[in-house]
Amino acid sequence: MESILELRRIVKRFPGVTALDGVDLSIADGEIHALVGQNGAGKSALIKVLCGVHLADEGEMRFRGAPYQPRTPFDALHAGIRVVYQEFNLLPYLSVAENLLFERLPSRFGVLLDRRALERRSAELLKKVGLDIDPGVRVERLGIAQRQLLEIAKALSSTGRLLVLDEPTATLTPREVARLFEIVRAARASGIAVIYVSHHLQEIFELCDRVTVLRNGRLIGTFPVAATAASELVKMMVGQRLEATTREIGAAADIANAGLASAREPALRIDRLRVRNSTREVSFSLDYGEIVGVAGLVGSGRTEILRAIFGADPRDGGEIYLGGRRVEFRTPIDAVRNGVCLLTENRKDEGLVLAMPVRVNVTLTDLARISRGGFLLGQRERAMTDQSIQELDIRLRSVEQTARELSGGNQQKVIIAKWLFRSASVLLLDEPTRGIDVGAKAEIYTLLRRLSAEGKALLVVSSELPELMLLCDRILILSRGRLVGEVSRHDFDEERILSLAYSEYLAGNHRQDRFFE
Amino acid sequence: MPEDIRSLSEKTSAPKRSKRALVQRVLQEAGIGVALLLLIVIFSAAAPHFTDESNITNILTQITINLIMATGMTFVILIGGIDLSVGSVMALCAMVAGLVLKSELLPVPGAIAAAVVVSVLVGMICGFVNGFVSSFWSVPSFIVTLGMLNIARGAALEVTNARTLFQFPNVFNDFGTATLLGVPAIFVVALAMVLLGWAVLTRTIFGRLIYAVGNNEEAVRLSGHDTFRVKVAAFVISGLTVGIGAIVYMARLTIASPILGTGFELNAIAAVIIGGTSLNGGRGSLIGTFLGACLIGVLADGLILIGVGDFVRQMITGGVIILAVVLDSYRAKIAERTR
Repeated sequence: MESILELRRIVKRFPGVTALDGVDLSIADGEIHALVGQNGAGKSALIKVLCGVHLADEGEMRFRGAPYQPRTPFDALHAGIRVVYQEFNLLPYLSVAENLLFERLPSRFGVLLDRRALERRSAELLKKVGLDIDPGVRVERLGIAQRQLLEIAKALSSTGRLLVLDEPTATLTPREVARLFEIVRAARASGIAVIYVSHHLQEIFELCDRVTVLRNGRLIGTFPVAATAASELVKMMVGQRLEATTREIGAAADIANAGLASAREPALRIDRLRVRNSTREVSFSLDYGEIVGVAGLVGSGRTEILRAIFGADPRDGGEIYLGGRRVEFRTPIDAVRNGVCLLTENRKDEGLVLAMPVRVNVTLTDLARISRGGFLLGQRERAMTDQSIQELDIRLRSVEQTARELSGGNQQKVIIAKWLFRSASVLLLDEPTRGIDVGAKAEIYTLLRRLSAEGKALLVVSSELPELMLLCDRILILSRGRLVGEVSRHDFDEERILSLAYSEYLAGNHRQDRFFE
Repeated sequence: MPEDIRSLSEKTSAPKRSKRALVQRVLQEAGIGVALLLLIVIFSAAAPHFTDESNITNILTQITINLIMATGMTFVILIGGIDLSVGSVMALCAMVAGLVLKSELLPVPGAIAAAVVVSVLVGMICGFVNGFVSSFWSVPSFIVTLGMLNIARGAALEVTNARTLFQFPNVFNDFGTATLLGVPAIFVVALAMVLLGWAVLTRTIFGRLIYAVGNNEEAVRLSGHDTFRVKVAAFVISGLTVGIGAIVYMARLTIASPILGTGFELNAIAAVIIGGTSLNGGRGSLIGTFLGACLIGVLADGLILIGVGDFVRQMITGGVIILAVVLDSYRAKIAERTR
């Protein structure tokens, strides 16, 4: 097999993390090549390097035998690489036809839009994709699945040699998925190579020729799909547990788990919670002194549950009890007053005021503590912030530094510090170690374990299963918005948890997609 | 280099660093101060009578109204909003206050007090509507206050059917020309408001929240604060300064006209922007605004004295506004790079 695309030793670093660490990838002419890995494994980074969104720091690429160095998405397009992203790039107020042929609108005399040619050509393209819509209708009136197929039609409309599909089935019904597979196979038959990124292992076994596994920015390997078992694939994606530095945290967790379990007081009880626009009901409880993990794929509704509890987003139903008492958190103000706090997955946009000093960020949750009669007490504020900084061992030059200047791990500690400043007793943590390096992760684990030993209740969402297994006393497993299982520490088993997390996605369960309920 | 410093993280160097940060901040804000000083030096040399006592009094009187309006405007711009209605609302405040002053239902001191209260109240109500509508429905304040600009102007004309009010009590009119230790009394009022506003912004919880909301509203909301209230309050404060500005302006002119204040919003915004406050919100200071208003006033006065015509003067003022924001974005870029 001749390869159309060769990536060698690709390295991409972001501040604080290495997203891609010497990754090789070889795509053969006319194959469908799956790219798999957990969240944060480097799939997106690799695609973005490939299509010119990010510039690789090291390594070389060859496309169709020639050196290939895209500096902008336009370079990639020009070279013949077509990418369909998860988020849509359609222009909602233009017609389907205009969107399809946007890059090469047919014209008369070079200036006037040739409407008849536009209609004709776009109708042909739509027919090829099997999409039965009027080319004249505006894109804003299409459903999400139709838009997804339209994106693919658009990508196939021009003469590309490599098609990249990033989670293309996330919004499709089974019939549309079948249609998509036909289109992709037809593309392969006409000599186009396809890179296919998906969480749905089922699809990979149905559609793809070879599969490449990434983990923590490193290449694990490329294998023929036919000779690989699903369970092997899962193992490779998850990898071995975190090593020595974290082992002691696990030991501490084991001890805590054995000793205190009987003496725990109930913290949070969630009864038939329905997040916005969902029909699924979720019930669970959380005790003081306990760390409970929430496992599940991206889009399984983990973040939505945390935000609904905290009052950050309205919910459709369900009741929340705090210490046995029914509470109503209509806004985050209510939750914070009751000692419940949320560390969002989006540290920079929702957790910190980046342009303001660390001091301001730490004290923001409880300004009453550093003021008298509405007036701020500068001296007290600095002293109290210094104390917080020391307690959590946050490394900085001065509390006057802006939050932006800190590393990811220290930023995350500042966010924890700000909630401890408010004496929060129930911590909802969404991806607490996302985007921070291994050393800092271990420090965060130690810190969270300490907080739980001090009697706080922690609910931790994470895409990294080894992390949850290390840290938590119990793990709840979500799959497509449904709570499909609960495992206690002494029963932790990667494969079992993963198979539960995938359970609603496997075996043609597409009909249950929440967009179509 | 910054990496090395960070990894050292010695506690002993903290005071020195924060002192350096202070110096840096002073230098940042001093940019406009230096420009103002330079302008004063140039005009002192080039313009006849620029340093005369009467001319200085004149400058202070000229910038008073703008300073008052710009103080409130700073609060609004710091939360990332804008208030285009201040000129019109000022006219409305003046007309209503003028009617109260002339009502003769109250003795003179009582009538003046009532006029002040009514003027401030009208201003605050208009500000509340601006803030409530733009925050509750998440409509850009640019549009809402543009609407208010028209509503208030129309209302000001309607109140007296476009008649101008005059012949206010003498005590009231005298205040407009009174001096305090040689300084115009109305300027003292403006200065007091700037100082008060500065204290609120830098020394209170509310001020802290203004800056924080301007920088990252969602982070503040998720920290358990009522960001809606903060935003509405900023607009109410803008209305409050407009109400006071209306009284001061009436005292100076000795009349209340429904067409007064036209275009004042742009002067106020210019002072805030020249003073280094970011239109995106979250960054800036009232000291900057004060210097910005002074710079506009000195520039206008000095140009008249050296014989530059009205039209050219307007062109130069416009150029200065553009220059100020260009320099500011340049400075922001440098700050980004040195991080």
